[in-house]
Amino acid sequence: MQNIKGKIHSIQSLGTVDGPGVRFVAFLAGCPLRCSCCHNPDTWSAENADAYTAGELVSKAEAFKSYFGKRGGITLSGGEPLCQPEFVEAVFALCKERGINTCLDTSGCFLDSKVKNALEFCDRVLLDIKYTRSDLYRRHVGMELSQAVEFLDYLNEQKIPVTVRQVIVPGINDYEENFEALSDIIKAHDCVDSVELLPFRKICQTKYDEMGIEFPFGGIDEANSLTVRETERRLKENIWKR
Amino acid sequence: MTHQNWNGFVPGVWQDEINVRDFIQKNYEEYTGDESFLAGATPRTKALMERLNSLLKLEHQFGGVLDIDVDTVSSLTSYAPGYLDKDNEIIVGLQTNRPLKRGANPFGGIRMVRNACEAYGYKLSRKVEEEFRYRTTHNDGVFRAYTDEMRAARKCHVITGLPDAYGRGRIIGDYRRVAVYGVDRLIEEKKKDKKCLGEPFFNTEQIRLDEELYQQIAFLGYLKEMAAMYGFDISGPASNAREAIQWTYFAYLGAIKEQNGAAMSLGRVSTFFDIYIQRDIKNGVLTEEGAQELIDDFVMKLRMARHLRTPEYNELFGGDPMWITEALGGVGEDGRSLVTKSTFRMLHTLYNLGSAPEPNLTVLWSKELPEPFKRFCAKVSADTDSIQYESDDLMRPIYGDDYAIACCVSAMKVGKQMQFFGARCNLAKLLLIAINGGYDTTSGMKIGPQMPVMNGESLDYEEVMARYKTYIEWLAHLYVNTMNVIHYMHDKYAYEKTQMALHDTAVERFMAFGVAGLSVAADSLSAIRYAKVIPVTDENGYIVDFKREGDFPKYGNDDDRVDLIAKELTHIMITELRKTPTYRKAIHTLSVLTITSNVMYGKNTGATPDGRSASAPFAPGANPMHNREENGALASLNSVAKISYNDCRDGISNTFSVTPDALGRDEDERIDNLVSILDGYFAKGAHHINVNVMNRETLLKAYEKPEDYPNLTIRVSGYAVHFHKLSREQQREVINRTFHCAL
Repeated sequence: MQNIKGKIHSIQSLGTVDGPGVRFVAFLAGCPLRCSCCHNPDTWSAENADAYTAGELVSKAEAFKSYFGKRGGITLSGGEPLCQPEFVEAVFALCKERGINTCLDTSGCFLDSKVKNALEFCDRVLLDIKYTRSDLYRRHVGMELSQAVEFLDYLNEQKIPVTVRQVIVPGINDYEENFEALSDIIKAHDCVDSVELLPFRKICQTKYDEMGIEFPFGGIDEANSLTVRETERRLKENIWKR
Repeated sequence: MTHQNWNGFVPGVWQDEINVRDFIQKNYEEYTGDESFLAGATPRTKALMERLNSLLKLEHQFGGVLDIDVDTVSSLTSYAPGYLDKDNEIIVGLQTNRPLKRGANPFGGIRMVRNACEAYGYKLSRKVEEEFRYRTTHNDGVFRAYTDEMRAARKCHVITGLPDAYGRGRIIGDYRRVAVYGVDRLIEEKKKDKKCLGEPFFNTEQIRLDEELYQQIAFLGYLKEMAAMYGFDISGPASNAREAIQWTYFAYLGAIKEQNGAAMSLGRVSTFFDIYIQRDIKNGVLTEEGAQELIDDFVMKLRMARHLRTPEYNELFGGDPMWITEALGGVGEDGRSLVTKSTFRMLHTLYNLGSAPEPNLTVLWSKELPEPFKRFCAKVSADTDSIQYESDDLMRPIYGDDYAIACCVSAMKVGKQMQFFGARCNLAKLLLIAINGGYDTTSGMKIGPQMPVMNGESLDYEEVMARYKTYIEWLAHLYVNTMNVIHYMHDKYAYEKTQMALHDTAVERFMAFGVAGLSVAADSLSAIRYAKVIPVTDENGYIVDFKREGDFPKYGNDDDRVDLIAKELTHIMITELRKTPTYRKAIHTLSVLTITSNVMYGKNTGATPDGRSASAPFAPGANPMHNREENGALASLNSVAKISYNDCRDGISNTFSVTPDALGRDEDERIDNLVSILDGYFAKGAHHINVNVMNRETLLKAYEKPEDYPNLTIRVSGYAVHFHKLSREQQREVINRTFHCAL
């Protein structure tokens, strides 16, 4: 298991926004989706990514164990980490052996037996529910809304704690019915204990420029972070404080 | 022995011998709660601070110096008492007769005073010039003894910033002794020590000490006179909190009137003050508001302390710093933390009076500190960028639980140890000199052992390392000898009478050497080892630049291949330094600290094999070079943490800038995460960290419009400065540093 290889786009030793506490975040290379709002287009391809064995990656993460405190640990993000389910499983299993908390940042686009094996060693899932309408999912993501919901159903069965995340894009999903639908989904799944709305940002424009491709949402304004924060607060109140 | 002013204190050996540590341990009350008890600034404090702020503004408008007394030589009793607002101050005493007026202190060197006066449009009076015509200054003495080689090393900047033209500083008097015992008792003890000398016979050491004790006793007398001019009799112990703070401050004030040392640090007073404050509160004669007011007023006095410096000095140590370093927190040998309510009160001055670089608030961090205190520190850091952290868990086993920090990172037992300050040598430049066989391309000077310029198509790591070691050996010997000259002369011509009177007579001495350019040297060696480095020569055959083929590991990415080179360099350096004996049997120590001189060091250093271009700034202290970190902040911290404190007992400085976003989504998370980062970093065996939580955009705005950001404080390298007081070059360097941000 130590020797299973994975493709890594990059490593961030100080991650504080992808899961609880201070986290070592590995961005896995490769993604089957093409989200219009994607801020990491450079992680789509696994071609030029560095290869690490699970053992190597976990040893690297372990050098930061003293910073993790009570809540922190490792997060596998991407790309779509579940493109490499055996690698995720191997990394998470080794982490559990070494007392490191594990967190998976995913779109939920895969749910097969390999993914289920990986989830056995996962302490928390950060699940992107990008939209609450099938048409938007098809147009701006390239998967079905139902896939994300089925993924969440499975996490609920397995009682794996979940943080639901959604990027708020002005004019696309910043409407009231979306937030109502999102809270309905969350309310129907007890495993979800937190929700984060992330304001749409365009600092990734330079990456698209460098890659010579168009940023589909390049023409949309950035979201107002205060408004998004306020929406998040109302959403949480609606879901948990009644 | 007993005294009525000690009523209510737990007795102990502190009564029979000078032992402030025992007094503290017997009497302090640990506080494990949070900051909710703290009181805001009173209207009196606010009015006083407003007055001070308008003076500070004026000082800035006057080009950084408000006024200079050119007629008086600074000493304890040479000025009439001065006040900020006599009727409303509760702690009194100024260095001269008016706030922010700077005194002339020529004992370290008159040229520096003369030049400083002229730089600000003044002229040192004939009276002072005449007085010093017949006096030898420290500076005179040093230059009588310097060898040609010492002068050359100084001139080509391979050793720079030596304290040979002004006071050496970095000595902390145990100013608390005056409050606990009163001056008369201290004089009595020194007289006893003096009587013990002369057996079995008077040798050089004993005669010198005998004269020093005579001077110490005389200056303790002047200290009493100085206090009397302000209407206080400090011959006996302080009777309440206000007196304890006042007595302690008088002792510190005496020291900064007498000495213009680069760093004039305060020590570790907050928990000590707390004992008196708690006694007064219990006796019903002091409220929380009153207690905070005392600390606020004391800190205001500290913020007014000034020395007269030349523009060249400011280029090395930007921002007009005094390094009035106050060590906070830490844990005692019995396991109780030394955090008290007054530790909180001291940090709270940053809110009551606004953030500011002085005093240089330094938290002695331990994993055992009470959680609410850790969180409060993190909050203060995020709000003010005004505090630094040093590992108590690393230092306590060495220095016990009553040590303090001189300057930025230099630990010493208060009143028991002192250091001979020695600035730093330039490791990156030395590498270039070595490669060029004893030729400095920047100054065009030949220096050190003369050898052929290294040749071959590309540089060979083993050959370069062997050559480098030869030059380190040469420089280390020269460096120790130079320091011996400097400190012999400082003792002879500018001895610290007041400060040494507040030390035990049998004091332990460190000799503090330093290195600059560590990350540049380490990356350069890594480039030579792991990539192909091709030298480029000028018309005379000297190597002036380098071409590189291939990539190489860079310090700051938690990569042992290069991090261990940095660690090894410091080990080689201290090992070589130890081979040459020191003046007064001082213990050799080493620091990796640059203050803001990393800019000046870079300016005087040619292009280096790592790809840094000629005259580009170095990274400060032990920091990785700007923007070479590829794996984020913690990887960078891990690299620095690998440098061994055993090799670098004078401290390893790291300055860390992180954007608020990178610490978490809201204030609560940011505080939690910053506490985790500090715990994690120090668990790795790291020594020091400056924390800045800010966006580069703020600095860019402050760079464009300094007048809009008069209070913007930023930690640079072991201390904090007002951003607007840095030179433009220093500001640019700070802006170019790595800011760890969220992806």
